[in-house]
Amino acid sequence: MPSPPDLKYTKEHEWVRVEGDIGTVGITDYAQDQLGDIVFVDLPSTGITVSQMQKFGEIESVKAVSELFSPVSGEVSEVNTALADQPELVNDFPYGEGWMLRIRLSEPSEVDQLLTAQDYDEFTAQEDS
Amino acid sequence: MSLNKPTAGTLLRSALFDEHRRLGARMVPFAGWEMPVQYAGIVEEHHVVRERAGMFDVSHMGRFEVYGPEAARFLRYVSTWDMTRLAAGEGHYSAACREDGGILDDIYVFCLAAESYLVVVNAANAEKMRNWMEEHVSTFNARLVDRHASTAMIAVQGPKSLERLADVIGRDFVASLKPRRCGRTEWRSHRLFASRTGYTGEDGLELVIDADSGPELWQALLDAGVQPCGLGARDTLRLEAALLLYGNDMDEDTNPREVGLGWVVTLDDEADFVGRDALVRLKDTGRSRLLACLKAAERGIMRPGCPILSSGREAGKVTSGGYSPTLSVSIGMGFVPDELATEGTKLTVDVRGKPLDVQVVPRPFYKRPKRA
Repeated sequence: MPSPPDLKYTKEHEWVRVEGDIGTVGITDYAQDQLGDIVFVDLPSTGITVSQMQKFGEIESVKAVSELFSPVSGEVSEVNTALADQPELVNDFPYGEGWMLRIRLSEPSEVDQLLTAQDYDEFTAQEDS
Repeated sequence: MSLNKPTAGTLLRSALFDEHRRLGARMVPFAGWEMPVQYAGIVEEHHVVRERAGMFDVSHMGRFEVYGPEAARFLRYVSTWDMTRLAAGEGHYSAACREDGGILDDIYVFCLAAESYLVVVNAANAEKMRNWMEEHVSTFNARLVDRHASTAMIAVQGPKSLERLADVIGRDFVASLKPRRCGRTEWRSHRLFASRTGYTGEDGLELVIDADSGPELWQALLDAGVQPCGLGARDTLRLEAALLLYGNDMDEDTNPREVGLGWVVTLDDEADFVGRDALVRLKDTGRSRLLACLKAAERGIMRPGCPILSSGREAGKVTSGGYSPTLSVSIGMGFVPDELATEGTKLTVDVRGKPLDVQVVPRPFYKRPKRA
């Protein structure tokens, strides 16, 4: 299935949905499938400042730990606290209820540097070949 | 986030490889084999085994038949447990040690008849154990037959596993197998070995059949409602049962007493075995370290290699660690000084720079409910 066209993507398999000056961030369906069952998501607190492609947390599957990188710079305005008790939301709804952070964008133009859905799908197709 | 994908290289494939691919398994390298790590998902497969019946392709484990008038004496010599005590139809867990008492492998030995035994070893140690046993068997009136490539092995585990197995391999045969007992039967004119053993903490059987018949047996079990489970679930299940994994919890620099395997060391028969003198000496000296069971007191996951701290100082390392799907908390095992290994001791695990409060708990973490 093609990745949602209204989002932008990174080569590290994060997505961002921009609405006004707020970016909602999560990981892609491709990433959650590769990781397997998610058992723990380590997220920062609200108020923390993140920079584009800086590590903001960690996500753990049964077998492995992976770092999470922010697609955009800004201040964390909201954290998805549901993931504390239900990390599996990332597997089941990676673009919906499995969202991780909301960031107030400090550099909105950064979004233009990110991959479109089509670019990202071509990228992952190459990874798989 | 980064996704590190392993490259396959030249890996061995079991007789059931095509079955795994057909089921859409995710395959990974393990001990030189290309094995299924999951089919539907690790957590789901874990719950299937705890609640119903799941099966694992364990063909990658080493298998050897031992024959001859001195088969039992040979096996006693290369095991810490006195295998001459095994009657036909019995099996026992054991360690195999070096001269200095260091563990070469943990093994299972089954007696089928007075001069006929089956030895099962870890996949990672198959070649090492074959060489080591070949070296010693020459001094006994016994012979070793490597059955690794010519057989397939399937572990069927879970509270419903015996019911499903009865439907496939026969009710009477299954009922004849008490815990740790073994036997042979004929299944669709193929010879089938079964033992009431496992590595999950659940009831079940482990089956050995000739490699060519493996796929047929696997399909028959699928048709009977047993679900395929991979190495991912195998590891979460065994950890909850506090079962040891060679390479993580023990290696050649570990002796049986440090990892709670004193019970598989028989010394009262006075017969010689490799490592006996060292293990007798170790029995009288104190233990410098002990493998303890650790349970997290807060969110976070301990992993192999994480340092264990007591009062801010490093006291040991986590050897096995992860998330327990049944208990919904992180559990692990690790070496600590003897005096810190008592139940209730509070420790801290350093998880990549972040402290995780843990407590020493009795083994196992999970015990299956007693049948009424």
